Amino acid sequence: MNTRRHSTSWPKLALLTAGAVVFLFPFAYMLSQSLSKQTTGDLGSVIPTPGSSGTQNYEAVNGAVSLGTSLVNSGVFTAGVLLCTLVIGVLAGYGLARLHFRGRSTLFGALLLVQTVPFQLLMLPLYVLVVRDYGLGDSYLGMILPFAVNSTAVFLFRQFFLQLPAELFEAARIDGAGELRILWRVALPMARPALLTGTLIAFIGPWNEFLWPFLVTKDAEMQPLAVSLAGFMSNLRGTVENPTGAVMAGACVLAVPAVVLFLLFQRHFTQTNIDSATKG
Amino acid sequence: MSLPLISPASGGGSPSPGTAGRGVSPGGGPRGGLRGRPRGGGTRGARSPLGALFVTPYALFLVVVFAVPLGYTVWMSFHRFYFTAPGTEVDAPWVGLRNYQDVFTDPVVLRSFLNIAVFLVINIPLTVVLSLVLASALNSRVPLRSFFRAAYYLPYITASVALVAVWGYLFGTDGLLNHLLGGLAPDPSWLVNSVLAMPVVAVFVTWTNLGFFVMLYLAALQSVPRELYEAAGVDGAGRVRTFMAVTVPGVRHATTLVTVLAVIKGSNLFTEPYLLTGGGGPDHASASPVLILYQKGIEQAHPDFAAALGVVLVLVVVTLSLIARRLTERKGA
Repeated sequence: MNTRRHSTSWPKLALLTAGAVVFLFPFAYMLSQSLSKQTTGDLGSVIPTPGSSGTQNYEAVNGAVSLGTSLVNSGVFTAGVLLCTLVIGVLAGYGLARLHFRGRSTLFGALLLVQTVPFQLLMLPLYVLVVRDYGLGDSYLGMILPFAVNSTAVFLFRQFFLQLPAELFEAARIDGAGELRILWRVALPMARPALLTGTLIAFIGPWNEFLWPFLVTKDAEMQPLAVSLAGFMSNLRGTVENPTGAVMAGACVLAVPAVVLFLLFQRHFTQTNIDSATKG
Repeated sequence: MSLPLISPASGGGSPSPGTAGRGVSPGGGPRGGLRGRPRGGGTRGARSPLGALFVTPYALFLVVVFAVPLGYTVWMSFHRFYFTAPGTEVDAPWVGLRNYQDVFTDPVVLRSFLNIAVFLVINIPLTVVLSLVLASALNSRVPLRSFFRAAYYLPYITASVALVAVWGYLFGTDGLLNHLLGGLAPDPSWLVNSVLAMPVVAVFVTWTNLGFFVMLYLAALQSVPRELYEAAGVDGAGRVRTFMAVTVPGVRHATTLVTVLAVIKGSNLFTEPYLLTGGGGPDHASASPVLILYQKGIEQAHPDFAAALGVVLVLVVVTLSLIARRLTERKGA
């Protein structure tokens, strides 16, 4: 189907391909260097040769930061955010979209407002409250709290529930179903695309987050992977034989879960996400 | 972090299925704003106290995580505040604008704002031009479309710590780029060069976020009327002319959004200067306000100073966003 316009699309295709190379090259480089025994800046080192590659960098970084523990910490942090976002966020999204109550528009206004407040402004008071006043430093709860409910996801859920036909809900109400039952039996089964996108958004945020967990975790045993890898990059490089290779190996481990999840649900993610971002 | 959705067209959207979620008018991108929903009109949800119950956990979350810290920052910025062990009461005397005075007379803070200006001057035009060009190219029948989309989006969803690791190595003194450049490599190298460090950070951030902005423009391009392109073709306008006369004005609301988001993201810069240029080096040449906020507030234990800096930063962001909005929206259709 492209043959008809083939001649006109060549410059475009060249441009897009150049773009893809620029975007993908660092990823390819990350992977190839993570498998190389020795890392040098030479162009020849871009493609690992069979003799000089192996998994020793992964072992090295594992020895320095114990990947298993870090991955578990990242996992708990992310799972906590996911759970809160899916439970509290879906309830809030449904309430905002489908139920009448006092202060609804105020709450919705607050939802939009918080998305424009940079987290960095809140970082310091949150640090004082969470770590100093509540004593939640080096704990999962302290890590999760500021991110617990992803407001972007709440917004997304609300928009989705709003678009479902009103008759559906009325019919269920006439049948005498309670709101919780309607949400569970009627709305949620139809909301799978929104739930999927919400899950992805809520996963990627905490999985990739560096600043907050970096502030609240001083104990290496509690640090998520992004934090322990950053610590390795700035302090522990000298402790392994091939520091760059080890850092690249750690970067691969950190990058892979989000990338895989994204590729699995790619089509869904980009479309729903962006549609709701620009159109509401 | 959550992507800030300054998403107009949603506030007043009537929830009837016919109109919900179709906020984009043919003339341009998202419009509208936070308008109170007309009372009793349109919405046909159940009037039930359950609603309040459903949203209570989320409302509490917003109070604990946003409202209280927000008030706390402002309060802190007007007092002399010390970190204390839990349970100990220490006076926090009112000091008026002293903290703000300290912020504005601190050369490192001023340098960090200058750095952000450099960052934005490079980042915003680069982001707008590249993402619009790539989105336009993607907005036609080209083979491998979804592959390209995924490829562009990949850096956006990857942890910046991982990406910083690769870039730090690519741009390192003994890195691939310098090997390619040979004798042309800058000395001192990119990340330890006081002139080049901030531009490299700006290019890096452009690269990581570009995919998101490409998708944003791609969505906006769907609402540019096809007839305009046909009319331009009939008038004999060339490819570049059509792009400038139809595409660019057609997506100007998206351009506003892209600019505002770029300003917000740019002002929140932390991980990149902290890790890529080793703590905002060389000699604060790539320090960002948030990095200073962290260093002053937590490392050096001056939370009151940092709180004042945070308030100033947000005021600057809001002002810049309003200016960006003015500049991109004023030029009439």
